[in-house]
Amino acid sequence: MQVDRYERFWMWAATGMLALFLVAIVVTAVSGGAHPPSHVETIDPETLDVATEFATPGIRTAPDGGLTVVMRAEFYAFKPDVVRLPVGRPVRFRITSPDVLHGFQIVGTNVNLTVAPGYVSEATTTFTTPGEYLVVCNEYCGLGHHNMYSTIVVEAAP
Amino acid sequence: MTPAVRLVLSHVWVAVAAFAVGALMAVMQALARAGVELPFGTANLYYLSVTAHGVLLALVFTTFFIMALGYLVVETTLGRIVGSAWAWAGFWLASIGTVITTVAILSGTSTVLYTFYPPLLAHPAFYIGATLLVAGSWVWCGVMIASFVSWRRANRGARPPLAAHGMLTTVIIWILATTGLAVEVVVLILPWSVGLVDRIDPIVARTYFWWFGHPLTYFWLVPAYVLWYTMIPRVAGGKLFSDALTRVVFIQFILFSTPVGFHHQFTDPGIAGGWKLLHTFTTYAIMFPSLVTAFTVTASLEHAGRVRGGTGTFGWIGKLPWRDPFFSSVALSMVTFALGGFGGAINAAYAMNAMIHNTAWVQGHFHLTVGTAVTLSFMGFSYWMLPRVTGRALVWPRVAAVQPYLWFVGMQLFSIPSHIAGLMGMPRRVYTGEFHGVEAAQAWIPLVNISAAGGVILFVSAMCWVGVLAGTMFVMPRGATRPIEYAEPLVAPAGGASLWDRLGLWTAVAVVLIIIAYAQPLYHLHTMARFPSRGFSPF
Repeated sequence: MQVDRYERFWMWAATGMLALFLVAIVVTAVSGGAHPPSHVETIDPETLDVATEFATPGIRTAPDGGLTVVMRAEFYAFKPDVVRLPVGRPVRFRITSPDVLHGFQIVGTNVNLTVAPGYVSEATTTFTTPGEYLVVCNEYCGLGHHNMYSTIVVEAAP
Repeated sequence: MTPAVRLVLSHVWVAVAAFAVGALMAVMQALARAGVELPFGTANLYYLSVTAHGVLLALVFTTFFIMALGYLVVETTLGRIVGSAWAWAGFWLASIGTVITTVAILSGTSTVLYTFYPPLLAHPAFYIGATLLVAGSWVWCGVMIASFVSWRRANRGARPPLAAHGMLTTVIIWILATTGLAVEVVVLILPWSVGLVDRIDPIVARTYFWWFGHPLTYFWLVPAYVLWYTMIPRVAGGKLFSDALTRVVFIQFILFSTPVGFHHQFTDPGIAGGWKLLHTFTTYAIMFPSLVTAFTVTASLEHAGRVRGGTGTFGWIGKLPWRDPFFSSVALSMVTFALGGFGGAINAAYAMNAMIHNTAWVQGHFHLTVGTAVTLSFMGFSYWMLPRVTGRALVWPRVAAVQPYLWFVGMQLFSIPSHIAGLMGMPRRVYTGEFHGVEAAQAWIPLVNISAAGGVILFVSAMCWVGVLAGTMFVMPRGATRPIEYAEPLVAPAGGASLWDRLGLWTAVAVVLIIIAYAQPLYHLHTMARFPSRGFSPF
C-alpha cells in the first residue's frame, strides 16, 4: 500500500505516543501499585444484618494496628456517616450495598468505587493532609441520589 | 421524491423530533443544576428528564440518523436498497419501540437513566420499547448487508465504494455491540422485569451493558468519519488524501471497538485487575485509527485550501469555506474531537481513571465526542443533504451558517467547566451539586453556572437547526434535485478489492478478539458464588 511519507511519520509518532502511555501505565502499576480497585468477593445483600461485619459498620483496628473502615452505602446515606481517621496511616475501606448500585468517591483523593449489592468493594489509601473530606455517591441510585454524601474527618497526629 | 429519499427522510424526521425533545430536556437540566428556579424543578422531574435526554439523544437520534445515512449511502454508491419493504418494517418497528419507551419514561415509571443499571427496575414497557428499537435497527443491518452482497455479486472483484465500506463497517460494529445488549436485555432483564425471574446480578448485567456501551460510541463515530473522509474533502474543494489507508482505519474500528468494555468498569468489584489492564491495551489500540483520521482528513483539507489558492504553512486554513455550514460543522467537530480524544485517553487509563470516574468530567467528555464530533457533523450534513435530495433551498441560510459556531461555543462553555468540576470531584448526574453547602462543593458551583450558560447557547443552536430543517421542508418550493457526490481520492487506488475490503474475514477476527477479552472473565463471573438482587424502583 502506498502511504505518504509524512503520514508514515505521523503513524509512527502516534504509535510511539500510545506506547509511551501504555508503558507509563504498566510501570506505575508494577512499581507503584497503581491499580484500579478490583476486589473480588461476594456477599448476600439481604442478610447483611445477620452476622456479617456490615451489621455494625465502623472502624476496626487489627491486632497489628491496621485500620479498616467497614461501610454500607444504601438509599441515600453512607453508614457511618462521619468517620474519624488519623493522618498518615494506611486505611482500608470495605463497602457494600443492600439495595442498588452506589458510588463511593472521596473528593480530593483517588478513592473511587462502584458499590454493588452482592459484592464487597475495597480501596486502600493514606490521608496525608488533615481536614474534612467530602464523600459523595457518584452512581445514580434514585431520587435522593444528590443527597447521598458523608464526611471523613482526618485528624492530625496528637 | 424517490422511494429511497422518502425512506431516508422518514428516518431523519424521527431523529430530528427526538432531538428537539431531548434538547428541551437538556436545557432544563442545565438550568436546574445552576439553581435557577423552574416551576417544575423537582428531583423527580430532573432524573426523569436525564433519562429521556439520554435515551432520545444517545439512542434514538443517533440510531435513526445513522440508519438514514446508511440507506442514503448504499442507494447513492451501490445504486440499490435491497429489501425496501423490510426497511420500512424496520423503520416502523424502531419507531413504535421509541414511542413505547418514551411513554414509559414520561409516565415516571422508568427513571433508570439510559444506562438502566440493574437492580434499578423500570416498567417492562421501557425495556420492551428499547428492544423493538434495536430489533428495527437489526432489520436495517440486514437490508444494508443484502444491498452490499447484491452489489458485490454484480461487481465481482471490484473495490467497494469507500462510503459503502464505511457504512458496512458501522453495521458490523452495531451487530457486534448489540449482541451484548441483547444478552443483557432479552436474557437477563426482560424475564426479571415481568417477574418470571426474581433476581439479577448487577455486575454481570453491567458487563454485558459495557460489551455494548463502547462499540456503541464507534457506531456513532464511524458514520461521522464517513462524512469527514468521503464528502468533506469535496465540499472543501479538494480530494481525499488516502483512500487505501481509510479502509485500514475502518477495519481497525471493527477489530478494536468491542473488546474494550472494562475501561468503563475500572471501579467495579468482582472483575480482576488483569482483565482491566488487557482492556486498557485494546482501548489504546483503538485510538490509533482516530489519530490516523486526524492526519488524513486534515491533509485532505490542506490540499483543498491550496487548490483554493492558500499558500504558506497556515495560509490554506483561511481559504477553506468557513461559511458553508457542512464544512464548518465538520471542521469544528474535528477540533472538538481532538480535545475529547485526549480526555478519552485519561478515561481509559487503568489507574488514572479513578480521578474522573463518574464525575462531571465524564459528561463533559461525551458531550465533546458524541455530543459534538458526531452530532454537529450530522447537523452540518443535513444542511447539505436536504436541499440535494428534495430540491428545496435552505430556508434561512444565514442561520444555518451561524448555527455550527453557536454549537461549538456553547459546547466548550458546557464541557470545559464540566471537565474541571469533575477533576475537583463533582459527581455526574446529580440534581444539585451543592450538597447542602458543604465546603468542598462550593468551588464547583461557578463552573456549573458557566455550564448552564453553555447549555442555553446549545439550546438556541439546537432550535436553529430544527427550525431550518423544518422550515426548509414546509416553506420552501421544490426545485431540481442534485446528486449526492463523494470525494475523489488524490491518488486513484490501483486494482480491485484488497485485503482491507474483506469485511467478513475481519469480522471473524473481531469475534476472536471479543472471545479473548470476555470469555474467561464472563465464565468466572457466571460460575463464582454470587447473590443476585431483587429489583428496586426508587422513583
